[in-house]
Amino acid sequence: MSPSLTPYSSFPFLPPIRVKPSLASLRQQLLPCLQPQIYAIAKTSGFYRMAAANGSSDLYSEMEVDAFRRLFPLRYHEQHLLKSVRPDARKLGSARDTTLALGAVASAEGSALAKIGSTTMLAAIKMEIMTPTVECPDEGSIAIEFHMPPICSPLVRPGRPAEAASVISKQLSDTILSSGMIDLKELCLVGGKAAWMAYLDIYCLDADGSLFDAALLSAVAAFSHLNIPVVSLNEDGRIVLVSEDNNQLKLEKQPVNTEKRKLKLNSPPFSLTCLLHKNYILADPTAEEESIMETAVTVVLDSSYQLVSLYKPGGPVHAHTSVIQDCVALAKRRVKELQSVLNEAISDMEVE
Amino acid sequence: MEIDRKDGRTANQLRPLSCARNVLNRAHGSASWSQGETKVLAAVYGPKAGTNKNENPEKACFEVIWKPKTGQIGKAEKEYEMILKKTVQSICVLNVHPNTTTSIIIQVVNDDGALLPCAINALCAALVDAGIPLKHLAVAICCCLTESGHILLDPSKLEEQRMKAFVYLVFPNSTLSVLPEEALKVRGEPMEHGLITSSTHGVMSVDDYIRCLERGRAATSKLSDFFRRNLQ
Repeated sequence: MSPSLTPYSSFPFLPPIRVKPSLASLRQQLLPCLQPQIYAIAKTSGFYRMAAANGSSDLYSEMEVDAFRRLFPLRYHEQHLLKSVRPDARKLGSARDTTLALGAVASAEGSALAKIGSTTMLAAIKMEIMTPTVECPDEGSIAIEFHMPPICSPLVRPGRPAEAASVISKQLSDTILSSGMIDLKELCLVGGKAAWMAYLDIYCLDADGSLFDAALLSAVAAFSHLNIPVVSLNEDGRIVLVSEDNNQLKLEKQPVNTEKRKLKLNSPPFSLTCLLHKNYILADPTAEEESIMETAVTVVLDSSYQLVSLYKPGGPVHAHTSVIQDCVALAKRRVKELQSVLNEAISDMEVE
Repeated sequence: MEIDRKDGRTANQLRPLSCARNVLNRAHGSASWSQGETKVLAAVYGPKAGTNKNENPEKACFEVIWKPKTGQIGKAEKEYEMILKKTVQSICVLNVHPNTTTSIIIQVVNDDGALLPCAINALCAALVDAGIPLKHLAVAICCCLTESGHILLDPSKLEEQRMKAFVYLVFPNSTLSVLPEEALKVRGEPMEHGLITSSTHGVMSVDDYIRCLERGRAATSKLSDFFRRNLQ
C-alpha cells in the first residue's frame, strides 16, 4: 500500500475538508499506526472493492483515512490527541482564526459579523423608544434573542425552533446583563417618560461548534458599534426620531440627546468553550468534536479577568479543580486575543 | 466572622431536608424533595421503547419536562430542562437500555431559592425509586457570595436576589467501595470532588469560585450521607 496522499478535492462525493499543508506530513506519521485497522475496515466495508475498481492506489489510501474518520470517529480523534494535535492541525489549547466585521447590517443601529473558524454569527441592534417601567423609571432595557434558522446546521429543521437556541438566548442575556457591561441608566432619555429599548438579534448562519462564544463576541461587537439615533421632543411632548432629511426643518427643535451617542462598555465579557475528554482539554471545539466528545465547559471572563459565568451542563467527564483552573487559564489567554480582535475591528471602522 | 441570616442559620447551615419516595401511584418512580420552603416533585416514566429524533438510538435517551408552579415555561425553564437532561445523561448507565426513552417530569411545588439543586436532588431520588441503572448519584447545592466575600449555603429566594453572585454546583455522591482509596482517585483527588454541573449568575473572582467549590464539596458530603440514610 502506498502512503502517498492525493488532495481531498479529487473525491466529488466527499465533503471537502480544509486542511493546512502541514497536516500532510502529520498524516504520513499517523498512517502507519492506523494502517492495520483501516485495512481491515476497508476490506469488510466494501471500500476495498470500490477503490480497486477505480484502479488507483493513491485514491485508495486517501479513502482509508476518511473512512476511518467516519466509521470510528472517537478513535480517529484520539489518535490525533495522542500526538497533541487536532484533525484541523490546531494545537489542543488554541482557538480557530477569528474575524470580526462591524457594521454588517446597514439598516440596523449597530451590527457585527463574527466568525470563529467557520462558525458565523450576525448580530444587529434595533433601538426603539419605550416608556420605562415603574420599578426602574430611569433605566432602559435590552432584549436579546438568538436565532438558529435551518440554514445553519443539518440538525435544525424548519418550523420548530431548535432547543439549543432558547438556551443560548437565555445564557446570553444572563451573561450580558449580569456582567454590567452596559449601564442601563445610559439608555434613559427622559426620566420616567422615555428610554431606549435595544433589541439585539443574533442569527447563526453557520453552526460549526462553540456557538455561545461566537454569539457573545458578535453581541459585544454590535454594542460597541452601536450609534444611538438623535431624537427630539415634538409639540405634544412626545419623543420622536430626527430623521436625516428633515433635519434642516427641525433645527429649532433641540435634540434630547446631543451627547451620549455611543454606549460606554465597561469591561466587556468574552468566552471560551473547552471540551473535556479523558485528560485532554480541547479549546474552541468544532461541531464534529462537540458531537463526539460530550463534556463542554464554557468560561466567561470580563476584561479584568473576573469570572462572569462558568457553565458546565453535565457530561461524562467530571471537572476537578486543576482542570477548572486550566480552563480558566486558557480563557484568560483567549480574552486577550479577542480583545485585540475587537480593538482592531473598531479601529478599522474609524479609519473608514 | 458571623453573618446574620434572616432565618437565624449560620453560613454553612442547610435548611431542613426532607425526602419521600414512591409518592405517586402511577409513576414508575417518584420522589418529593424539600429544602426548607422549596419543594419539588419528580416523576419518572419508562424506559419506553424508541428514541426521539436526533437522539442516538444506541444509547438510552432521556427527556425532561419542567412544570413551573404557575404559567407557561419560558427560557429559564428550557435552560433548566437542558441542564437536568445533560446531568441525568452523565449519571446514568446509558448502555443497559439502548433505544429507549425515559421521561422525567419535574413539578415545582414551591420555590423559595435553590430551585435547580432541589430539582436535581428530587430527580435523583426518583431515578433510584424507578430502578434506572445509575453509575452514582448526583448531589446538588447552591452557594451564594455576599458583597463582602462571604459564602452562604442553600440560600432562600430573598437571599438569592440580594447576593452579588450565586453558583449551582452538582457533585457525584461519595462512594463506599471495597477498592483501596488510592484506586478511586482521579488526578490525586477523590472521585466525589469532580464537578458534574456548574451554573453561575453574577460576577465574581476566580478565587471566589474555587472557594465556592470547596464549600460546596464539604456540604454535599453531608447531603450524600442524608441520601444514603434515606435510600436504605
